[in-house]
Amino acid sequence: MESALQVKNLTVHYGGFTALDGVDLNIERHATLGLVGESGSGKSTLARVVAGLIAPDEGQILLESELLTKKRSREQHKKIQMIFQNPDASLNPKHSIRQILSEALLFHRIVDRKQVERRCREWLDRVHIPGNALDRYPHEFSGGQRQRIAIARALSVEPRILIADEPTSALDVSVQRSVLDLFNTLKEELQLTMLFISHDLGVIHEISDTVAVMKQGRLVEVQAKAPFFARPETAYSRELLSAVPRMPKLSTTPGGNHESRT
Amino acid sequence: MKPITIDSPTPRNGKTGALSRLWRTPSLLAGSIMLAVLVLLAVLIPLISPYDPTKQDLSAFLQPPSAEHWLGTDQLGRDLFTRLIYAARTDLTIMVLAEIIPFCVGVFLGMIAGYYGKWLDTVISLITDTFIAFPFYLIVIIVAFASGAGQRGIYITFILVGWIVFARVTRGLTASFRRQEWVASARTLGLPGVRIMLRHILPNVLPQAIVVLMTDMVGLLVAIVTLGYLGIGITPPTPDWGTMIFDGQPFITTAWWLSAVPGFAVVYTGIALSLVGDGLADLWRKK
Amino acid sequence: MMSIQPLLEVEGLSLAAKPGGKILVDTISFTLNKGETLGLVGESGSGKSLTLRAVLGLLPRGVEKVGGAIQSGASSAMVFQDPRGALDPLCPVVKQLTEVVYYRQKLSRKASRAAALELLDRLGLPDSLKHTDRYPSQLSGGQCQRVVIAMALACKPGILLCDEPTTALDVTVQRQIIETISALQKELGFAMVFVTHNLAIAAAMCSKLCVMKEGRIVEQGEARALLQNPQDPYTQMLMNSVLPVPELEGSV
Repeated sequence: MESALQVKNLTVHYGGFTALDGVDLNIERHATLGLVGESGSGKSTLARVVAGLIAPDEGQILLESELLTKKRSREQHKKIQMIFQNPDASLNPKHSIRQILSEALLFHRIVDRKQVERRCREWLDRVHIPGNALDRYPHEFSGGQRQRIAIARALSVEPRILIADEPTSALDVSVQRSVLDLFNTLKEELQLTMLFISHDLGVIHEISDTVAVMKQGRLVEVQAKAPFFARPETAYSRELLSAVPRMPKLSTTPGGNHESRT
Repeated sequence: MKPITIDSPTPRNGKTGALSRLWRTPSLLAGSIMLAVLVLLAVLIPLISPYDPTKQDLSAFLQPPSAEHWLGTDQLGRDLFTRLIYAARTDLTIMVLAEIIPFCVGVFLGMIAGYYGKWLDTVISLITDTFIAFPFYLIVIIVAFASGAGQRGIYITFILVGWIVFARVTRGLTASFRRQEWVASARTLGLPGVRIMLRHILPNVLPQAIVVLMTDMVGLLVAIVTLGYLGIGITPPTPDWGTMIFDGQPFITTAWWLSAVPGFAVVYTGIALSLVGDGLADLWRKK
Repeated sequence: MMSIQPLLEVEGLSLAAKPGGKILVDTISFTLNKGETLGLVGESGSGKSLTLRAVLGLLPRGVEKVGGAIQSGASSAMVFQDPRGALDPLCPVVKQLTEVVYYRQKLSRKASRAAALELLDRLGLPDSLKHTDRYPSQLSGGQCQRVVIAMALACKPGILLCDEPTTALDVTVQRQIIETISALQKELGFAMVFVTHNLAIAAAMCSKLCVMKEGRIVEQGEARALLQNPQDPYTQMLMNSVLPVPELEGSV
């Protein structure tokens, strides 16, 4: 498999604190890497460095063998898009949905002015938001809807890599489920390459092809999904996995006896 | 409570007409009406009043209010009502003109300091903190003496110090928006900093800046009037509330309204501006 | 010891927003017996946290009780979702806890401090706190939550009210806190009302469950039976929303 993104020896310091400590990571094309870790593990910092929001102190980022420098070109910006955690703050409160979507499309010259409206509607349709949403403002939508709009905006510029930083963590469980389903559908349809960050192993299991675990700024384990969840290699991953609260085995499944562990 | 439906947007309630929102914010409504009355009078005064605000008529000095002279006449026989409204013209015009440049400069510098941070922020913050250390009236009086009495002193002083309050407010707001995710996503889109500031941050800081503008105007109006009263502001015979209060002072026992009426006009305008400011703040907070 | 009278009885409780009178909690009823744990589960806006606050008698501003009755045979204390927000940031934690013991248990200053230290010990907080008191900002989120639980227990509650006590914590810390609460409950025998949106945690913690949606209880009953055979489509939907995590190999 060709790699879409390569990160080499990435290091970031905040004052005396080392947020990222020599991280090497590889994301294959058309695959989703699930990055998991507890708060303060540096996973969000990694996402922001890749997205170009934070300049690393050391290390390299290669996008399909193209070295990304500190000052990125418009074209390089376009290739990496990001979705954020907080649905209340992910869209500019003073911009209508039309402005939000068309700004991205026009700035990167994805379509010309005449076709903007049609393209906006197509994207809203794709993320299951009614077309009459165009002239509304973010506060008129629920958290899940806002995340869908953020997804539409990020994908509308046809990025090579989509970074999603805890995009469902602030949502209700049922809404989280539907947003994850949307991610999975779009992943298939558009052959997305994703870096998907979450602290929730259930979410990571739902969305990832490969799982990477971070702890205190370092990458402790990278493995394909199935073996990771069955046989994690490191003690830390095992600790994380065994701490996940699971539904007790109910009588419909035979022989279970797991409720002793919470 | 947030709706959890995913397929239909919540019913819109934000944009049901600016008028109905104005109606639901009584302080804004009251302030706007008060200001509108004053501005309308100031614009239409040549049509309303047959008198010239500066023409003296010594045969009719110090007359009490009557049908001919609604608020009486002053010691030089000039119609008080006419002078009062012409003074509103002078003072309000200076107030607005002297705020425009500081407002734009302050908002712009505040956004730059808040958005870019680092050394730019340090420099701009240093300047604002330095200016804040000097009492406003001290600077006004020094500048007024240096540039000679008249409107020029007010304009110069205000261009010098007026932007600071806007810069401080805008800087704080911009710095907090900078951390928000919609700014981060504008940056991942690759938008240049200037465009993010003008298209994304400006619409968000403007409401707060305008509220500050309203309160700041009250302060400026009082400053203009004070300087007129002290004799280093607007020079006679141009009508101005400050000089009117001063001129009426010797007659405070016999014709108290000569000073009281322009004083009331200052209070009236101040209340109107404050109400508008409070109302706007309420309105934008509710949304 | 066992009395037939329930410890807590909520009968037809309704809560409404003050301006406009929008109903937030709509005639809900449940009972809690000694030693039981009742789970209130639901999504945001379901009224589960408001119900808990009504039981504690601390309704937020702008919300009022418009109907029903709450009868409680025991004192209650609350553990909040955000432990840092529940602690005074300017007061060291041992001092805060000592204050609570002093006022609630009416002990002498010295005895209060001893009782506070014992509580901290019981909650597995580091011994070093005995010598050097620390501010909440110097403790981790999990440690803060332990202090908050200690403060709740200092009130010697008959009922412990927990409002999403682990939602703001990392998963490994979440597990430790849940284990701590369960162990303390076994030891001290208080009853619990446990509010959570996480069905897996509710299933593990609670003997009875109330599933809430938009201010109403859509289904309630004994926890295992309810989860084994959910009747209401909303309960089923909630159960389907729990993302499965496969069992580790070798853990069975």
